Amino acid sequence: MLALLTPPSAGEVIIAGQSASAKPLNYRKKIGVISHNTFLYNNLSAYENLLFYGRMYDVPNLKKRINEVISEVGLKYSLNDPVRNFSRGMQQRLSIARAIIHEPEILFLDEPYTGLDQAAVKILNNVLLKLKNNERTILMVTHNFEQALNMSDRLVILVGGRIVHETPGSFLTLESLKDLYLNLVEER
Amino acid sequence: MGYLSKILNLVWKDLVIEFRAKEILSVMLIFAILVPIILAFSLNSAQETTENIFPGIIWVALTFSGILGFNRTFLNEKQNDSLLGLMLTPVDRTAIYFAKVIVNFTMMIFTEAVTLPLLFILFDFRFRGSILTLVLVIFLGTLGFTSVSTFLSALSANTRASEILLPIILFPIIIPVIIAAVQSTGIVLVGASIGEIASWIKLLGVYDVIFMAVPFILFEYILEV
Repeated sequence: MLALLTPPSAGEVIIAGQSASAKPLNYRKKIGVISHNTFLYNNLSAYENLLFYGRMYDVPNLKKRINEVISEVGLKYSLNDPVRNFSRGMQQRLSIARAIIHEPEILFLDEPYTGLDQAAVKILNNVLLKLKNNERTILMVTHNFEQALNMSDRLVILVGGRIVHETPGSFLTLESLKDLYLNLVEER
Repeated sequence: MGYLSKILNLVWKDLVIEFRAKEILSVMLIFAILVPIILAFSLNSAQETTENIFPGIIWVALTFSGILGFNRTFLNEKQNDSLLGLMLTPVDRTAIYFAKVIVNFTMMIFTEAVTLPLLFILFDFRFRGSILTLVLVIFLGTLGFTSVSTFLSALSANTRASEILLPIILFPIIIPVIIAAVQSTGIVLVGASIGEIASWIKLLGVYDVIFMAVPFILFEYILEV
């Protein structure tokens, strides 16, 4: 719903102070999504996948931008290889490149660390850090307490689809976060 | 990039994938070649009855081979949940539909280019009409069939038994197109003028326009199913 895939049944999605639900097309270009599914085409090469998505987002200087993002995720030497030959970690790295090719202002991450090798975890962390430093908004859904604590400014705990706790990330340690989460789940 | 450029980008992507995977066209061509061969051996081409049912044979071969291929229209989009990736892009979702129609229409044209000459040769059918009129009838019939099939294949793609569901929901809806296409093809084949098939051509044209317009309203909802 936040990624403007479906209209909300009640309420509205507000981006930068304006309702995004009414004109989702105008706001979709501001949004990038990284999911455990890669959204990639197995029979296209890495370059063709990025070319396709770049054109869909009207990315200016697309070839230059493809070279930038592909270097950022460490797949420069696999640019022309078909995605079906990629390992799960490589596909996820290419998925990161796909999600940031249009330099989104808001990045949604749904369990992004699923199936990632250590190299890919490091790359994803670097990408997120860079986006964070560029004052981009990042919303990550994860079951990984350590990653959540390391990466976030604000932590929100959802239980049964409802927000049950919200706090600045710096207020908690790893142990206190785990205890808090377990207590909240048990209370339900 | 405008709306049209996005459609062309989607078409480019689908054609490149099909050129490499050969998952749709190969199935359609094999079926469209086998049907005329089997029927040619089963029916006596010298009989008048065979000549009368020849237009029906043409459209049976084309529609059944089309359905086999169109069942796979959204197969690429299901791998890695790519359809979701498309729905996230800032493009009107009808662009996805029209791109798929163009790709499926192209596949059908390829299939027809192989099947139709084969049918005429195998049945030793002497064509007495106007080629241009026949091309017009085939074009309109194929466009109507493709537009409805593509629309419904999007609907059936997310179901468990999509390969069974598509023909079941498709055939009742395309009956007007098939009847009009078979009737007008039959009239054209024996050398009648375009004036004699005007009412059938109008029916095909109206049907095509309706099923190119309906997705503007409904395709977004179909994708959300």
